[in-house]
Formats: sequence, structure tokens, C-alpha cells
Amino acid sequence: MSTPAPLIEMRGITKSFGAVKANEAVDLSVAPGEILGLLGENGAGKTTLMNVLFGAYAPDAGEILIQGAPVRITSSADALAAGIGMVHQHFHLAPRLTVLENLLIGLPGKGGRIDRAGGLARLAEIGRQHGLALDPDLPVSALSVGEQQRLEIVKALFRGARLLILDEPTAVLAPSEVEGLFSALRSMAAQGLGIIFISHKLNEVRALTHRCTVLRHGRVAGRVDDPANTTSAAMAQLMCGHEIVPPARGPSTPGADVLTLDGISTSKHVGTALREVSLTVRAGEILGIAGVSGNGQRALAEVISGMRAPDTGRMTIAGQTVSRFSPREVQALGLGRIPEDRMTTGLVTNLPLADSMVLPRIGSEAFSSKGLLKPDAIRAFAEEQIRAYDIRCPGPMTRAGALSGGNLQKALLARELAFDPKVLIVSQPTRGLDIGAARFIHEKFLDMRAKGCGIIVIGEDLEELLVLCDRIAVMYEGRIVGTLDSTDATIARLGLLMTGAEGRG
Amino acid sequence: MFRLEVRTSTPAWLNLALPLLAVAATLVLCSGLIALAGAGVVESYGVMFTASLGDSYAITETLVRAAPMIFTGLAVAVAFRAKFWNIGAEGQLLAGAVASCLVGAIPMPGALAMLLMAIVGAAAGGAVALVPATLRVKFKVDDVVSSLLLNSVIYYALMALIEGPWKDSFSGYPISPPIEDSANFPVLIEGTRLHLGVIVALIAAPLIWFLIARTTLGFRIRVTGENPEAARYGGIPVERVLISTALMSGALAGLAGVGEVGGVHFQVMSDISPGYGYSGIVVAMLARLNPLGVVPAAIFLAAVMTGAEAMSRATGVPAFLSDVIQGTALLAMLVALLFTAYRIRRVGAAS
Repeated sequence: MSTPAPLIEMRGITKSFGAVKANEAVDLSVAPGEILGLLGENGAGKTTLMNVLFGAYAPDAGEILIQGAPVRITSSADALAAGIGMVHQHFHLAPRLTVLENLLIGLPGKGGRIDRAGGLARLAEIGRQHGLALDPDLPVSALSVGEQQRLEIVKALFRGARLLILDEPTAVLAPSEVEGLFSALRSMAAQGLGIIFISHKLNEVRALTHRCTVLRHGRVAGRVDDPANTTSAAMAQLMCGHEIVPPARGPSTPGADVLTLDGISTSKHVGTALREVSLTVRAGEILGIAGVSGNGQRALAEVISGMRAPDTGRMTIAGQTVSRFSPREVQALGLGRIPEDRMTTGLVTNLPLADSMVLPRIGSEAFSSKGLLKPDAIRAFAEEQIRAYDIRCPGPMTRAGALSGGNLQKALLARELAFDPKVLIVSQPTRGLDIGAARFIHEKFLDMRAKGCGIIVIGEDLEELLVLCDRIAVMYEGRIVGTLDSTDATIARLGLLMTGAEGRG
Repeated sequence: MFRLEVRTSTPAWLNLALPLLAVAATLVLCSGLIALAGAGVVESYGVMFTASLGDSYAITETLVRAAPMIFTGLAVAVAFRAKFWNIGAEGQLLAGAVASCLVGAIPMPGALAMLLMAIVGAAAGGAVALVPATLRVKFKVDDVVSSLLLNSVIYYALMALIEGPWKDSFSGYPISPPIEDSANFPVLIEGTRLHLGVIVALIAAPLIWFLIARTTLGFRIRVTGENPEAARYGGIPVERVLISTALMSGALAGLAGVGEVGGVHFQVMSDISPGYGYSGIVVAMLARLNPLGVVPAAIFLAAVMTGAEAMSRATGVPAFLSDVIQGTALLAMLVALLFTAYRIRRVGAAS
């Protein structure tokens, strides 16, 4: 076993969609016990490559070898049989069934009956081995996102996966959960499993992986043999093809208050309610809201963006008191809004991109008059924004769902910034975006800040908040437990506040 | 081996080709039944075609039959655009027929009577559609079930009317009293049944298209249907849009009933609609929910219905074939819709 045959090897994989070559002559291999990082910007071909490996797409050319023997994988069943397990970004679980039932779906069972005892034993064994404990009788709907992900991993192991593909697994996790995932992955690798780890977060890739393959425009742009000792900048350059400089944030010159919340409380709310939240955003500054997800950030975003009225408390936008808490009202007062979930809340994926870009302001003079749409104006607006924000798409009539996450986020940003908001609220602005797109979004925020817009950024990525924000407020169990100037803020201090360890600051 | 693969985009020509393909597939599939019935396939379809579209009289008859299905097709298309699953066009049609018959029986100047019949009939259809829409918006009741079941409620209410208060005391037939002669819709071509309502239906289609494609209400309907959450986030009052859609959809279906009373039957009887409300679903699906497509789709189904009767007389194939063709067309179209999102690919061609 000195030089083990690769567990899996993809050779010369080419896959085209129409004129677009999503993958071109891509080679990739994973040895037993190896954690391979698969890097690339959105649209670089990572997902296509993994879909080929998992049997969702048939490659136009190329072959897949498992332990040296060529195999044909034409369905996920083939992939599972070949020992390939995949944890998708969006989980494939039956929410009403229990953990154990989800594991047993599609398994032959024993003599036509479900093998509950065998399943329990196997679940306990996997849990013990890799620190992936789960209560077998809980329904999936009762699990946290992190636990659901754990279940997906266990499911793959349950079916005897020897290679595990994880597509941006940390995007849905709180920072505290990431370390748990990593130690489980390391333990699996130590037992000879191969792991393909897809991520945008270079610090995670450097901490976890043994080797990296970097894709760019569908081809292999380079390989990194020692990620731990390669700088993030060098990897970013491989991914983007050019150097990435973090944006420089000059000192802020805050002006008048553009958004104030005074004693805002909510109840009867799905998730954590707000308790006496007060905060202020001034013109020309960026306020970050940090916190472990589920501590009231969602309720805060909903109240501010006019999706939900609070029970008590007062909110003002540019000096005007908000009375009805409707999307139209807050918008009319000068609030720009970018939702947390681009695909479900932000855009209408089945309609042309232009429709999504004018959606919140369709009733305004710009896009309609007397109940009649102005199709030319809508189209012209979308075209203008597509140009201004370099949104990569065939045109304004393209189905919005066909765009990549980065381009969708640009489109959402464009639709708000085009109307010069006095204050902008944005949740998880760069989640799932690649470095280039994230950089673009950050620059736009800083531009807006320089123009005197107040920005409130709700996020979990502390590094991002520290780069971007002038002040960072920390939420814990529905309260603001402290606000730090970015000059005083460190990840350690924020982390302490986020766990509720430090009192009101 | 073949398999389905997700499309990244749908080519424009497919949108036109799919309904035609579905129709072709339907005719091929149903030719088997014709052969089983012992008739010549080509001959039977030939008779069907001549009887429904072969001469100008046949064409007017087909148009007369298409008119209610244009209205119900539009009703369903509008509703389905907003994902308000209105399966109740049949009941809304009947309500429109009953209401317009009530108004038409009151003596008044003809033009006024026709206008009032249309308004009251549309209002009655809208009111019926409001029930499932309100139940859904307020109590999250499944609109498929409630709108479908309401059809039976309306149908038996109509039966109670014509078997009870409306029953012809002289003949004993379960039919309503006729509307005033002056309220009969004018016939446009002497010697045919082509009445005013047909023209109104043909004009309604582009109007509804305009409403969906070019007005803010249409925009809100489309967005609400495709993604209510994004619509709500964007400040669109989703509940109100659903209610407006339901009213409009019900009113269109009600107008189908008005046309049948004012232009064809001049009274209400139990079989005033041979399922035009349900055919509206087939029409809307064949039209891919495009109001302009509703017209050819309704004419196709009307031609099948008219033609099937003649074919039955000429070749002995049961006229029920028309129902089979309708059902098969719906299924074929649903299958065809798969190809807007997926394409077929050969697996293993490379190796």
C-alpha cells in the first residue's frame, strides 16, 4: 500500500451544454484517505463535474475509473453502487420521516421487512466512529440544518460510500458547527475514505484539505499540493486568473441617523423573537449584525424590510416613523432591501430576469403608468443594469434561474441601488458567492457608503464583517448584546459575545 | 438507453411545436381506437375534418362550439398563471348561465338586456370562484378540491331550479323559461348560428393576453404564480392578487354560460354544458396558458366535438371518441411539457 491506486479517477471529462463547455478535458483523482479540495468560481464547472461523477449528467467525452477499473455511471444508483456518496447543498431528506427511516429509504431490508435493528446498530457504529451522533427517532423536520447535514453524511456512509462529495457544506453551518464537521471529515479520511470538498472559503480549504484542484472556465487551472502552506491570495489568483486585492475601507464620516430601531420586540414568530432591540445606522456607515444563526437575525431582517410588524417599538427611516411595516412603505421611505435567500425570496426564477429586476417597483412611474406596463422602459432598465453591474447573461429576457448565484446577487443589488436608497439592509450578502463576485459586492457597498448610504449587513462570516463594517452589533437570543467599533472588534471578542458569554457591552 | 437531462434553456420554437406535437400524438394514438371500431382511420379523420372545418357553415358551427371553450380556456389560463387552481370553470359557467337567464327573462330593450346578462353572468361566475379563493387565502383550503367539488354543488342547485320553481308547468320538461326574444344575441351571418357571443369570445382572448402581458395586474399575477414569496417580499399583495385573479377567472367562465344562454339555447337546461368547463382545462394546457393560444386550442377541441358526431354517423365509430381525444390531448400535452424542462439524451453514446 505504498502508492495506492487512486480511489477514483476522472480522465479527460468534457461536457457541453449547447455552445458552453462546462467541463473541458478535466482530470481529477482522489486517493484513499485523501481530502481533495475542489475550487473554482461560480460557473467554473465544479457542479457539472460532480454531477458527471454522480451520474446526473453523461459526459460527452472522458472516463471514470474506480480503483483503476473503468466504470459507467449513468444514475445516482450507479454512483451509490460504486461507493460514491454526495452531500448536496440542498438536502435530499424526507422531513416527516425519522432519522432512521431516512437512512433506510431505498435499502433492501431483510426478507421484505425493514431491518430496524440492523439500521440502529449501523447508525450507532457510524456515530461512534466519526463523532456523528444522531437521535434515530427524531423526525428530520426537528433537526437543525447542521444535524440534517450530518444525516446526509451518515446516509452516504450507511450505503457504504468510499468517496464522499460535499458541495459547499459549510455554507449552511454556523462557525461553531464547522469545526465539528471538519473533525468528522478528518476521521473519515483517516479510515481510508476519499473526500471531495467543494468550497469558496479558502481558509477552510487550507485548514482541511490535503490537495486541491482548481477549475476555471471549465478547465483545470492548476493544482495545489500543499494547501496549508499556500496563501489564500495565491489560490484566489488561480481561481480568478488575476490577483484579488481586498477592498480598502477608509475612515467613515457618519452623518445623520438614517435608520433607527427603538425597543423593537416581536412575538408569535417562527424562530427566535426580537426582544427590545434598539440600534442606529447613520448615513455613510456600515453596521454589521453578527451572531450565530437563529438568534433573531431573521426576525430583525423581516421587521426592517417591512415583512412583519413588531409588537412594540418604533422604527424610523430617514427620520420618518414607519407605521404600517409593509414592503412598499419602507421602500417608499428610502430603504433598499436584499433578502437572505436570493432564489426563493429575491427572484422569480421562471420568469425573465428583467421581471425580477423591476419587481419591487413595478407600480412606480418608472415602469408603469395607469396600470399599464412600460415594457421598453423595463427592458432598457434591465439592460442598463446588466451592463453597469456586468451581470453575465444572454440578456434581460433570460430566465432568472439560469444565472449563477453571483450574477443573481448583482442583479438584486442593481435593482435596489438604482434607486439610491438612503439605507440598505442586506442579509448574508456573499453567501455562496465566489471571491470575484464577493469582492464586487463589497466594493459596491463601500461605494454606497462613500455616497452617504447607511448599510446594515446581517452576516455570519465574521471575517467579512470585520473587513466591511464600521461597527458590529452582536445578537444573542433575540437581543443586541453588544456593539463594537471595528477598531476594537476581534474575532475572539465577537465570538465571546455571540455565545452570550459576555454581558451587555 | 435514453434518459432525461435538465435543460438550461427552452428554445422558442419548442413552445409552438409542443402543442402541435401533442395533437399529432393524440391523433395517432386514437387512430388505434378507430381501427378497433372497424373503420378506416384516414376516412374517419377525413369525415371529422370535413364536418368541422370543411365548408363555411361547418366552420361557423365549430366556432359556435369553440366560443364557450375560449371563455373557459381563458378562465383557466388566467387562474393557472397565478397558480390559483381553478377546476371550477364548469360550475362558474353554470352560475353565469342561470344568472343571465334570470336577467334575460325580464322584458327590457334588447341591447340593455344583453349587456345586463353579460354583467350579471360574469358577476355570478366571479362570485362562485370567490369561494375557493377566499377559502384558500383565509384558511389555506386546497383550491383544487374546493373549486372542483363546488361544481357539483352548483350543478345540483341548477337541477333543483329547473326541476322545481323553473319547471315548465305546461310541458313538464325540466327546463327554464326562455329569455325574451329581444335578448337573443344577434346572429352575424344569416342562416348560421354564429352569434355575437362568438365575436366577444374572439375579442376577449387578445384582451386577456394584453392584461396578462402588459398590465401591472398581469405582472403581479405572473409573479404571484411563479413565486409568491418573492412577490410578497417585493411588496405585491399576494392575497389580493389571488382574489382578483379568481374574480376574473370566474367572470370569464360565467361569460361562457352567458353566451350559451343568449346565443345558443336561449334558456337553461341540465345539459347546457357538455363539460365546457373541464374542456377549458385542456384548452388552457394546450395553449400553454397563453391567452392567444386559447383560441386555436378551443377551435381544435370544438372541431373534434363537431367532427366526432359526423364521423359517428358516417363510419359507426362511437362519438365518445371525441372525449377520448380530449383526454388524450391533455395527457399528451402534459407529457410534452416535460420537454420544456428536460431533453432526451442517449446514454453511453460516447463509449
